[in-house]
Amino acid sequence: STGLALKTKDVVNITFVRANGDKIKTSGKVGDSLLDVVVNNNVDLDGFGACEGTLTCSTCHLIFKTSDFEKLPDKPGDEELDMLDLAYELTDTSRLGCQITLSKDMEGLEVHVPSTINDARAA
Amino acid sequence: SARLQVIQSTTPTKRICIVGAGPAGFYAAQLILKQLDNCVVDVVEKLPVPFGLVRFGVAPDHPEVKNVINTFTKTAEHPRLRYFGNISLGTDVSLRELRDRYHAVLLTYGADQDRQLELENEQLDNVISARKFVAWYNGLPGAENLAPDLSGRDVTIVGQGNVAVDVARMLLSPLDALKTTDTTEYALEALSCSQVERVHLVGRRGPLQAAFTIKELREMLKLPNVDTRWRTEDFSGIDMQLDKLQRPRKRLTELMLKSLKEQGRISGSKQFLPIFLRAPKAIAPGEMEFSVTELQQEAAVPTSSTERLPSHLILRSIGYKSSCVDTGINFDTRRGRVHNINGRILKDDATGEVDPGLYVAGWLGTGPTGVIVTTMNGAFAVAKTICDDINTNALDTSSVKPGYDADGKRVVTWDGWQRINDFESAAGKAKGKPREKIVSIEEMLRVAGV
Ligand SMILES: Cc1cc2nc3c(=O)[nH]c(=O)nc-3n(C[C@H](O)[C@H](O)[C@H](O)COP(=O)(O)OP(=O)(O)OC[C@H]3O[C@@H](n4cnc5c(N)ncnc54)[C@H](O)[C@@H]3O)c2cc1C
Ligand code: FES
Repeated sequence: STGLALKTKDVVNITFVRANGDKIKTSGKVGDSLLDVVVNNNVDLDGFGACEGTLTCSTCHLIFKTSDFEKLPDKPGDEELDMLDLAYELTDTSRLGCQITLSKDMEGLEVHVPSTINDARAA
Repeated sequence: SARLQVIQSTTPTKRICIVGAGPAGFYAAQLILKQLDNCVVDVVEKLPVPFGLVRFGVAPDHPEVKNVINTFTKTAEHPRLRYFGNISLGTDVSLRELRDRYHAVLLTYGADQDRQLELENEQLDNVISARKFVAWYNGLPGAENLAPDLSGRDVTIVGQGNVAVDVARMLLSPLDALKTTDTTEYALEALSCSQVERVHLVGRRGPLQAAFTIKELREMLKLPNVDTRWRTEDFSGIDMQLDKLQRPRKRLTELMLKSLKEQGRISGSKQFLPIFLRAPKAIAPGEMEFSVTELQQEAAVPTSSTERLPSHLILRSIGYKSSCVDTGINFDTRRGRVHNINGRILKDDATGEVDPGLYVAGWLGTGPTGVIVTTMNGAFAVAKTICDDINTNALDTSSVKPGYDADGKRVVTWDGWQRINDFESAAGKAKGKPREKIVSIEEMLRVAGV
C-alpha cells in the first residue's frame, strides 16, 4: 500500500562504528535525532545521551567522515561547540548526536563513536 | 531443571557491594549488572536519599544536568540491585563486615571535605567554604544553619573552577530565576535579603590557565542585570598566543577577549569581577589581601607586591577532598583520596600490591576533578575491571556470601526513596518548583515510612 511505501521512504539507515571497529547497523525516521536513533533502538552504547539531549553533557559525541560532516545542513551553534570542547577525542568533524536531525539524504550514514572507556583508563 | 538447580547451587551468587549512591556508584552498578550474570549488587548509602552531588552539588538552575537521575533510577529498579539508604560505612557497618559478606566491595563515597587556605583568621565567621555554601542552598542535611552573611556589598571567591562560578551565579542571579528551581526555601529567603552587588572571582594564575569552562562563563555573561568586568592588564599579550592554543582553550580565551572588548557598554546594577594572578595572602575583617603573582612556566609565583580587596564575605573554593571513614581503608591523607591503581585499592602503596576484592571509583579514587561524564567513564572502567577480575578468577567467588544484613537498622529502601521523591515533588508543585527538598533526616525517615 501507499502507506507502507511512504513509511519505508521515511526510514534512514544508520551505522554506528565503535572504536574497535564493530559496526552496529540500525535505522531511524526522518526528523529523529541521532540520539533518538540510539535510544529507540536500544543501541548498546554505555552512557550515551546522559543529559537526554539538553546540551549539557557531550556523551552523545559522534565523529563524522569529512564529506558527511560538510553536508550537514546546520552548523554547530556556540552552545554545541561549548559542550564539544569538553568531549574526549574531539576532532574537526565531531558533532553532538542529539543535535543532528535525520534527513533522507543521510541514508547509509556511518558515524564513529569515540572510545571513552579506554580513554578514562589511560588518564 | 533438576540439573539446572545443581549447577546453580555450585555457582553461588556473586555479591558485590557498592558504598555510596552517587554517579560513580550508579554507573558502576549499571555496567556490572549488564556484564555479570548471576550477581547481586547492593548499594549502601549514608543518607536516606540517593544521587550524591547530583542532588547536593549540581546547581539548582541546571536541572538538565540532573537528567542522569532517570538512568540511575532505571539501574536502581533492576531486579538484582538492592538499595540500603541511611546506612553509613564506618558508623553503621564496618569495611571488615562488608568484605566478609561480599566477594567484592567498591568504594564510591565521594569527597565531602574541602581544602583550606591555611591562613590565619580562616576560622572567622565571614570565611566559609564554597562546599558548605553549595550544601546550604541545595539542602544537604546539616548545612541548613550555615547562615552566610549576605549583608555586605562585596564577596570574594577564592578559586575559579566551575564550583566557584556556580556560587557566583547563585549570588548574582535575579531571585525570580531561582524561585522556580529546587533551591531550598530558606536559601531563597536569605538570598531575597542579600545586599551583595560585587562578586570577585580570584585565581592565582592567568587567563590562559582559567579553570572555569566556556559554558559556565557564557552563562555568566548572559546574566541579566550583571556586568562582567575584566582587568585589561590581566590580558596583555594574550591575543598573541591565541594561535598556539588547542580548540577548547582557544575558544574560551576568545570569549574572554570578546567580553573584555565589549565591557562598559552595558551596565547592570551588579558586577562579576574575575581577577587573575593573585594568590591569597591574609584575611582581615572586611578585606582580603593577595600577593600579585607572576607566571613561571605554568606556575604562579608570588611577588612582593600585594593588593587588598574589600570582602565582606569570603568563600574558599579551592577544591574538595575525601575523608577516611574506616580504619581498614588505605587512605592517602596528603592527597585526600584512596591509594589505588586503576581502581584496584592497594594494600601496600610502596610495592604496589593490590588488596584483592577491594575497589574504588569516582572522586574518592581520582580526586575531586571533572564532571559527571568524567566520573562515568572512570566508573565504567573500574566496573569492567571488577568483572574481568571475577571472570578470570583473579578474584575468587566460589564461596557463598550472605550479603548485608540490616538487622534492626532503619534502612530506607528504593520504595522508601520513591515515597520521599513523591512527597518532595508534591511539595514543590505547590510552589512552582520541581521539588521542595526535605532537609531533616528524621523527616526523610518519617516520609519513607521507617
Ligand atoms: C558544587 C558542584 C557542582 C557540580 N556541578 C556539576 C555539573 O553541573 N555538571 C557535571 O557534569 N558535574 C558537576 N559536578 C561534578 C559531579 O558532581 C561529580 O563528578 C560527581 O558527583 C562525582 O561522583 P561520585 O559518585 O564520585 O561522588 P558523590 O556524588 O559525592 O557521591 C558519593 C555518595 O556517597 C555517599 N557517602 C558518603 N559517605 C558515605 C559513607 N560513609 N557511607 C556510605 N555512603 C557514603 C554520599 O552521601 C553520596 O551519595 C559538580 C560538583 C560539585 C561539587
Ligand atoms: S545528550 Fe547530552 S549533549 Fe547530547
